[in-house]
Amino acid sequence: MNELLSKVEEISGENLYACYQCGRCSAGCPMIDEMDLLPNQVILLVIRGDKSVIESKTPWICAQCYQCSTRCPKEVDITKIMEAIRLIKLRKNIDYIKIERLKNLPQIALVAGVRKYTG
Amino acid sequence: MEFAYYPGCTLKTNAKEFEKSSINAFDKIGIKLKELKKWYCCGTVYSLATDNLMYRLAAIRNLIKAKEEGYNKLVILCSMCYNTLKQANLMAKNDEEAMHKINSFMDEEINYDGSVEIFHPLELLKERLEEIKGKVVKSLNKKYACYYGCLLLRPKEIAIDDFENPSIMEKLVKALGGSVVNFPLKNECCGSYNIVSNKEAVIERCYRIVINARNNGADAIITSCPLCHFNLKEMQNEIKKIHADFIEMPIYYFSEIMEEAFK
Repeated sequence: MNELLSKVEEISGENLYACYQCGRCSAGCPMIDEMDLLPNQVILLVIRGDKSVIESKTPWICAQCYQCSTRCPKEVDITKIMEAIRLIKLRKNIDYIKIERLKNLPQIALVAGVRKYTG
Repeated sequence: MEFAYYPGCTLKTNAKEFEKSSINAFDKIGIKLKELKKWYCCGTVYSLATDNLMYRLAAIRNLIKAKEEGYNKLVILCSMCYNTLKQANLMAKNDEEAMHKINSFMDEEINYDGSVEIFHPLELLKERLEEIKGKVVKSLNKKYACYYGCLLLRPKEIAIDDFENPSIMEKLVKALGGSVVNFPLKNECCGSYNIVSNKEAVIERCYRIVINARNNGADAIITSCPLCHFNLKEMQNEIKKIHADFIEMPIYYFSEIMEEAFK
């Protein structure tokens, strides 16, 4: 098992090999128009050990809406996989957003943003 | 009947009208919502990493507060708070190992066992539709699109209704004398906290959702999430800059239309 896959599996607790690339996650994803990799492609690249997924837009655009996870016929919790990929970067203390630029937003957005985009 | 309720941060600031209208409307149907004496921010988003229990502490601490104040039932208005606390509570019930760690870490609090039952107010309304009908003074004459968003329905273990085709809000609107429209995007995400990092994506999502409601004949959209409410309402100014022919759509909390009908 490659290093990326083992890290993603450890943080997410999910078995990525259960995915058979049917694409149902990607079909239902509301954020798909903004993504540069389909959610099922993210799984494939992690299995192949391709670390470029960490820098791709997809895990950062994911809004943790759980649509993919509820619909996956193999019960792969893709939401958790996206979280694991984000955390690989954030745990190196690299933030995805600059906090000082945030303004005019309700707490609900700010707290969520800080939790999702900063280490 | 009295229920303890957990407000969360946003109900005390951006969504004051949600808290006020809920307390008033529920009072009319005999439900007193009593705020917990002490509560903290729930953390907003449930931490999904298997190895990060720290982010789940705030949610558990709030449930302990409810327990310490003598409550076994807790009502949560905000969809994001509901989701976070409900998922944390599920962990408390089902994950003995995680709870052992959390309880050992929290020296000053009592141990928590998952015994507080969490409700979203819409679940309470589902059983009181006849009472609601009886309290209507001014029948609503608009057509509503009921927007559930994500966090009342997913993950499916915490869903307040059928997670693919919910109908609680539609039943409420009908009980209030209003009518509902078909709204296929009623459980599709508005972009959520992407508003912090990628506003353009949220504008697009909100445009799609509002236009879908409009094209199905809605006069207004109702919701229960302060973040959906913020995004759907505030992004309309931005949408107008991109789509000149866009017509504004009013966004209400479900409790606001209850208050209107009960006046």
